[in-house]
Amino acid sequence: MEFHLDQRSGLPMYLQIVQQVKEALRLGLLDVGDQLPTVREVVGVLAINPNTVAKAYRELEREGLVDAKPGRGTFVAGTLIASSIEHHEELRRALLGWVVEAERAGIDEESIRALVSSTLREALDRRVA
Amino acid sequence: MSAPLETTALGKRYRRTWALRDCTLTISEPAIVGIAGPNGAGKSTLLGLAVGLLEPTEGTVRVAGRDPRHDPAALAEIGYVAQEAPLYRSFTVGEMLAFARASNNRWDDALATELLAGASSQTRVAALSPGQRAQLALALALGKRPALLLLDEPFALLDPLASRAFLGALMDGVSETGSTVVVATRLVADIERVCERVVLLGTGRVRLEGTVEELLASHRLLTGARRPLGRIRGVEQIVRERYSGRQATLLVRVNGPIVDPTWSVDEIGLEDLLLAYMAPEELQPPQPPEPSRLRWHG
Repeated sequence: MEFHLDQRSGLPMYLQIVQQVKEALRLGLLDVGDQLPTVREVVGVLAINPNTVAKAYRELEREGLVDAKPGRGTFVAGTLIASSIEHHEELRRALLGWVVEAERAGIDEESIRALVSSTLREALDRRVA
Repeated sequence: MSAPLETTALGKRYRRTWALRDCTLTISEPAIVGIAGPNGAGKSTLLGLAVGLLEPTEGTVRVAGRDPRHDPAALAEIGYVAQEAPLYRSFTVGEMLAFARASNNRWDDALATELLAGASSQTRVAALSPGQRAQLALALALGKRPALLLLDEPFALLDPLASRAFLGALMDGVSETGSTVVVATRLVADIERVCERVVLLGTGRVRLEGTVEELLASHRLLTGARRPLGRIRGVEQIVRERYSGRQATLLVRVNGPIVDPTWSVDEIGLEDLLLAYMAPEELQPPQPPEPSRLRWHG
């Protein structure tokens, strides 16, 4: 797979890589046993720090999604297809309830978006810290 | 393993002018470090001291625990690409590689060749494009598999495409050698993508230093109504104040969350942060709000 980065997204680059792997897992583009590109392959193409890629792969390993095999590479060890779709509907409904509540409180669309993205970033930052 | 680069109260004076002073840095594990700062800030001086080309006026510098000026073994640990990547222009690429192979005890021919990005070994250095020349200089420096790679303004002559290719080759090589990279540049945008630490120099002094993550986490932009500034909870220090009409914009160093709802709080990007620290002349003392201009003079 090939990664792409958005420097303006505000999301740390290693998390962008984590997300792209997860996205590929969700979509079934990556399956158990598939090899992720080596750190060297990724940094040559994206021109980013090798530690950024290593950090992303470590995070994926911590979450049990990949396995690092010394000297051989990093391989997909888990899948996200079932677990994520199963929860989608429930989460979507909870979110819808929240949106209705926010609108009732007189918050406009733009402020809702701002609130969601700042809360999300805060939560992610906390997890990183 | 000793620290790839360590300086203690390092200073260099030319006649009466200090090009660098009181510079204490410890890069204790392999990292990619950006040295930022305007022209004349002392970036090249710091690199020159680290590679042993310059004698310190005061203080010490150690590369992998060795004195680069007086311990020849230190030089095997250092790769250095000076500004504009000086090379023998009449040599061919192949001759440059042969020269490097013969003059270094430790030499990784495969790596150096890979990093050349397909420049033919028959081509004369003079006939290479600026991008190819920079990559050749990089390949020669990384072929030594140095503990420390010093790059002085490597992007100055490169167009955006060549800059990106250079950065890609640099990261490719570093992921193979594990070298610590210290790259001096005026343009923060060049290094933002890769650096995990930044050192900002200004008129010979270290203005700001830290990991990119720490620096971004510890600074915020506050926007609010202009007013006499008291203590703001969560603010450790006001770095810069700017006023426009009734609005005040503060760049602050924080030591906790800012809960005061009269300030709107934003994150700041690395480039803006470094630029703010580069321009201390913009530091203004707090000013009382301007009196209303709409006054009737009857």
